[in-house]
Amino acid sequence: MNNPLHSKKAEWFVTVPGFVWLALFFAVPAVIVLAFTFHGHDASGGVGEWSLSTWKELVDPDYPAIVWNTIRISFKITVWSILLAIPCAYAIARMNKKWRAIVAGSIMLPFWTSFVVRVFAWKTMLHPDGWLQSCYLAWLKTSEWLFSWLPSAMQNFFIKIGMASAEPVSSATSTILDSEAAVVLVSVYSFIPFAIMPIYTAAEKFDFSLLEAARDLGAKNFYAFCRIFLPGVRQGVVSAILLVFIPAIGSYVIPQMLGGTDCILIGNKIFMRAIQNRNIPHASALATLMAVSVLLPLGLAIWWKSRQDARGKRRIEERSARFAASGRGSHA
Amino acid sequence: MKRSMFSVVVLISVLAFLYVPIILVIAYGFIPNGITMSFFDSQGNFTGFTLKWYEKIFSGDYSVKSLMQSFWLSLTVAGISTLVSCVLGTTSALALHRWRDRLQTIHHALVYTPLIMPDILIGISLLMLFVAVRIECGFWTILIAHVTFCVSYVAMTVLARLQDFDDRITEAAFDLGAGPWYSFFHVELPVLLPGIITGGLLAFTLSIDDVVITSFVNGAGTNTFPTYVSSMTKHSRNLPCVFVLSTLMLIFTCVMVGISKIITGRMQVTTQHK
Repeated sequence: MNNPLHSKKAEWFVTVPGFVWLALFFAVPAVIVLAFTFHGHDASGGVGEWSLSTWKELVDPDYPAIVWNTIRISFKITVWSILLAIPCAYAIARMNKKWRAIVAGSIMLPFWTSFVVRVFAWKTMLHPDGWLQSCYLAWLKTSEWLFSWLPSAMQNFFIKIGMASAEPVSSATSTILDSEAAVVLVSVYSFIPFAIMPIYTAAEKFDFSLLEAARDLGAKNFYAFCRIFLPGVRQGVVSAILLVFIPAIGSYVIPQMLGGTDCILIGNKIFMRAIQNRNIPHASALATLMAVSVLLPLGLAIWWKSRQDARGKRRIEERSARFAASGRGSHA
Repeated sequence: MKRSMFSVVVLISVLAFLYVPIILVIAYGFIPNGITMSFFDSQGNFTGFTLKWYEKIFSGDYSVKSLMQSFWLSLTVAGISTLVSCVLGTTSALALHRWRDRLQTIHHALVYTPLIMPDILIGISLLMLFVAVRIECGFWTILIAHVTFCVSYVAMTVLARLQDFDDRITEAAFDLGAGPWYSFFHVELPVLLPGIITGGLLAFTLSIDDVVITSFVNGAGTNTFPTYVSSMTKHSRNLPCVFVLSTLMLIFTCVMVGISKIITGRMQVTTQHK
């Protein structure tokens, strides 16, 4: 093509500004972080000689505990968000077009107020004298009573996903502010729109007459929902999981403002090491760990998607081959 | 057919869950007692509403000086970084749309990765860069950081708009004798403007709301509105002023989004007519 807009010069002209900016302020810093992990730190808050001491110091029992804590809490946040988001997405997708637009819009609207201010409003609401604290205590006491009837394996499961407390409940120790429960609650609050939106987008394309067909064939509502609707929106669910899990791993503001000293995540530790203790190599190493725990589920999801696509393609090919063969058979 | 009531009940409770804090943010701006942050006094009587915090903000009272400074800094940073990231994002989107070579593959990865990385990793890596080259943190480092995370959002929004772009109209402009600059400003830019405005608005809201990245690169004593709020304790004297400012910001954003909806809607209509 002779179009001057397609020349190499034009390509360079429009590529260079954004490319150089991102290379300089995104790619290069990432390399620097990685390089810093192979340095020791010096007492004046700078970066010392090349060494493996930083990686060796990460074995310090403090760090694996924090990494594990972060993954566990992010898992909790993700489970709660998805459990709440699926019925919401289902309900929105079943509305008529006008209502769908209104409700989907109103789910995103809270994002127009400052995120920190909303977290701060939560902090005020969760105050030990407030009504939410009384609700929380009542909830803990009821669940304690209810779960005492369950077999211990189930009790453990509910404790794991945060629906029951592991320690005996008392009004003095079980405050919701400065606890893990507050972090999970407010994180679910902040991330749930990101869980609803992709599932809703998938549910919009879902053919709801399939559910009716299942019911006509004798499936119970819940069974039809689990076996027909959920597999139908699974791609939306996978994106929702990523959209909640990744920011949850990186969350820093919510645990800092609401988690107290109980709930310290990788994000808080990175900030502590980088700003307060001025231990640059340790902060870099923790950041590297965090990047790995983000990229791992991401890679898994990409692998899962490509496998799904490949399987779908193969199935279509098989069926069309079978169809072609049978067609030829009937013609002959 | 019977609708599942359960899902509707969950949806309504989630909406309530999302809106209660917003309503409180607005209500706290009218609270008489800024220390206890309660609308009730010690006897449990309702104390009513007050406009004194609004007065304080608008009269430029000395006690809210540092809060207002942080607020204006946020607006300045958001404004400048929106402009810069619109320019960088649009050129990146044009490049990604028009060429498909190895350079653009790397370029695409560079634009896309910041979108999936947690903010805190962008913050810490920028801090490491500034430590490595020994730059003092302050206004300029905040600005650089904000442009960096906004560029990708603008680029992706404009790129989505470019998907519907009919490349033949540029070709037509060339055939009719337009130069590359003339065709950019008179043909492509008007068509892309709704996308750029949407991307810019997104960049502005992200920038004005960012606390994580800023708290790494702001240096001592330079605070934007969000970092100021996050470092505040509950019993700060002028706490309701923060809620007043965020109510004003909410109104401002609603108006901005409304205006941009009207503008982009009108533009789409005119381009369709042509």
